[in-house]
Amino acid sequence: MQDNPSLDLRDRGGPQQPLVIARDLRKYFPVKGGGGKAVQAVDDVSFTVAKGETLGVVGESGCGKSTLARLLLHLVPPDRGELVFDGEPVGVAGGLPVDALRRQVQMVFQDSYSSLNPRMPIRDSVAFGPFVQGKKKDEARKIAHDMLSKVGLDPSLFGPRYPHELSGGQKQRVNIARALATGPRMVILDEPVSALDKSVEAQVLNLLRALKRQFNLTFVFISHDLNIVQYISDRVLVMYLGRLVEIGPIDEIFDRPLHPYTRALLASRPSMDPTRRIEEPPITGDPPNPIDPPSGCRFHTRCPFAEGVCETTDPMLGSWEGLRSHVAACHMHDPRSGHSGIGTA
Amino acid sequence: MTDTIVLDKPVGAFEEQALPANRVRGYWQSVFYRLRHDPVTLVFAGIVLLIVLTAVLAPLIAPFDPYKESIVDRLKPFGWRGHLLGTDELGRDMLSRLIYGGRVSLLMGVVPVVIASLVGGILGVIGGFAGGRTNTIVMRTMDVFYAFPSVLLAVAIAGAMGGGMANGMLALTLVFIPPMCRIAETATTQIRALDFIEAARATGARNITIIRYHVLGNVLGPVFIYASSLVSVSILLASGLSFLGLGVRPPIPDWGLMLSTLRQSIYVVPLVCALPGAAIFITSICCNLVSDGLRAAMDVRM
Repeated sequence: MQDNPSLDLRDRGGPQQPLVIARDLRKYFPVKGGGGKAVQAVDDVSFTVAKGETLGVVGESGCGKSTLARLLLHLVPPDRGELVFDGEPVGVAGGLPVDALRRQVQMVFQDSYSSLNPRMPIRDSVAFGPFVQGKKKDEARKIAHDMLSKVGLDPSLFGPRYPHELSGGQKQRVNIARALATGPRMVILDEPVSALDKSVEAQVLNLLRALKRQFNLTFVFISHDLNIVQYISDRVLVMYLGRLVEIGPIDEIFDRPLHPYTRALLASRPSMDPTRRIEEPPITGDPPNPIDPPSGCRFHTRCPFAEGVCETTDPMLGSWEGLRSHVAACHMHDPRSGHSGIGTA
Repeated sequence: MTDTIVLDKPVGAFEEQALPANRVRGYWQSVFYRLRHDPVTLVFAGIVLLIVLTAVLAPLIAPFDPYKESIVDRLKPFGWRGHLLGTDELGRDMLSRLIYGGRVSLLMGVVPVVIASLVGGILGVIGGFAGGRTNTIVMRTMDVFYAFPSVLLAVAIAGAMGGGMANGMLALTLVFIPPMCRIAETATTQIRALDFIEAARATGARNITIIRYHVLGNVLGPVFIYASSLVSVSILLASGLSFLGLGVRPPIPDWGLMLSTLRQSIYVVPLVCALPGAAIFITSICCNLVSDGLRAAMDVRM
C-alpha cells in the first residue's frame, strides 16, 4: 500500500525514532500457593526496535520469549517498566492508549490450529479484526478477501472454509492474513513456522519477507531456530531465563558472539558438514528454575567460564571493545569486573 | 473457468492449494449431512415429532373430551364402546387423556430445560470467561446444589413452594441450572485458553464482542447436546412430581398424575393402567436416542 515509509500518516517520530522502546520491562507470574514466589518470566528487559527492521528473539524454551511478545502488545500488563511506541508511552495517562497500540501492532501465533476459531469460516476470522476496529461488515469482508489473496490463498475457494479443512501451512497463511488485516505497522511473530515442515516453512518465510516489503512492516520474530533467525533478522536479541543477555546486528552476533550462552546456542546448531560432527553438547542440563533463579549472572550454573564474581554480581549490559550496537551482559568482557577474562576470544 | 486466481504478489510455489470444491461445507451443514445418514436417529426423531404433533393438535385429534366423566364406563378395557384405549377410574377416555397429557408432559420436559440452558449457560460462560474469583463464586454456588440428588432436590423445592405446574417447572429449572452451568463453564474454560481468543483480544475487541463471536459458537454445541439429553430426564422428573402430587393438579391430564391415580386399579385393567407409563417410557427413550444421535453428529473432532 505505502511504498515510502514517510507516507504513513501514523508515523509520528520520523525514521530515526525507534518504533518501540522497551525500558526495564518486567513480568513476574505469581505461583499459586507459592508463598509470594513468582516465575520471573521477563526481568528488566530493555531494548529498541527500529522502524522497518526485523528483530529476532532467541532463547531456550521457557526463557520468556513469548511473555515478552505479549508484553509488547499489552496482552499481559507489565509489572514494571515502560513501553514507548513511536515516541509515545503506552498505557499511561496522556500516552498512547492500549487500544490504539493494538491498531498498530499485531501478532501471529505459533499454533496455527488453536489460533483460528474452529467454528468460524476463515474469511470471518480474517475480517474480525477490521470489524472490531470499526469497519462495516461488508468492508471488513472485502479486506479479508484482499488479504487472503495477498497471502496466496484464493479467497473464493478458501474463504468459506473452516480451519480443519486447511493444512498447517495454509492455516498459518490465514493467521498472517488475519494479523495484517487491521493494517498494523509492527507484527510480532511468535514462532510462526516452528510447527510447519521444512518446505512449507520456506514458503511462509518468503511470504513474510515479501509482505514486510509490501506493507512496510516492522517484525519482531521469535524463534528457537537460529538458522531461521539468521535468514530473516536484521538484529538478534538473546534471552536467558527472563534476562536479555546479548543484543546486536545479525552478523556481529553470529560471527563474534560475546556471551557464553550465545556461543553455546550457536555451537549447538546441527552441523551440515559430516566431518565436523558435534560430539559433545555445548551446554548440558535444563535451565534453572525461573521461580528461584541463580544469584549473580543467571547463566553461571551452566557457564564454562564462570568465576567467583559471576555468582555474586549481576553483570551489566555493555558493548565492551566491540560495536556500540552490539551489547552483552557478561563479566568476562568487563575488565573492571574481576573476572580473569579467560574465554574472551 | 473464468474466475482465475490473481495473486497481487505471487510468492513461492503453492502446490498445496486445491481441494475439491465440493468439500467446502459448513459445520452445521456437515452435522445435518451426518444426521441424514443416521437412520436410527431419523426414525426416533420422527416418533418424537409425531408425539409433539399429537400434543399440539390434541383438540383436533382426540376422539373424546378428556374431562368428560361417565359413571357406567369406569375402568373399561381396550375398545370399549369406541374408547380405543379403554377408560380410567372416572370413565374418561384414555386415548384423549394421553394425547392431552402429552401437552403437559412435553411442556414440563422442554420449558425447564430451555430456561435452565439459558440461565446456566450464561452463568457458565461468564464464570468460565472471567475465570479467577468470579468463576470460583459461580461454580461453588452450583456445587452446593450438586450436593443433593436431583430428584430429592426437585421434590424439596416443589414441596416447599407448593404444588402446581408453574412451581413444578420452577423446581425442575432450578435442578437443571447447575449441570448446565458446569457444561458451559467447562467448554468456555477450554476455549478461553486457545490462541484465537488472544488474537481477538490483540485486535482490541471487547470481552462482550469476543464472547459473542468466538465463545458462544463453540459453547453452543455441548450445551445443546446436553440440553437435549435433559429433556427426557425432565419429563421423567415432572411425571414423578405429578405422581407425588407436587406437580400438575387433577383433573388436568398428565402422564405422571394418571399413572398415580390408575395404580390402584392395576388389577382391574392392567393394560390400561400401564398406558401412561408406556407413554412416558416411549417419549423419554425417543428423546434420549435422538440426543445420542445429535451428539454423534455434532461431536466431531476437527
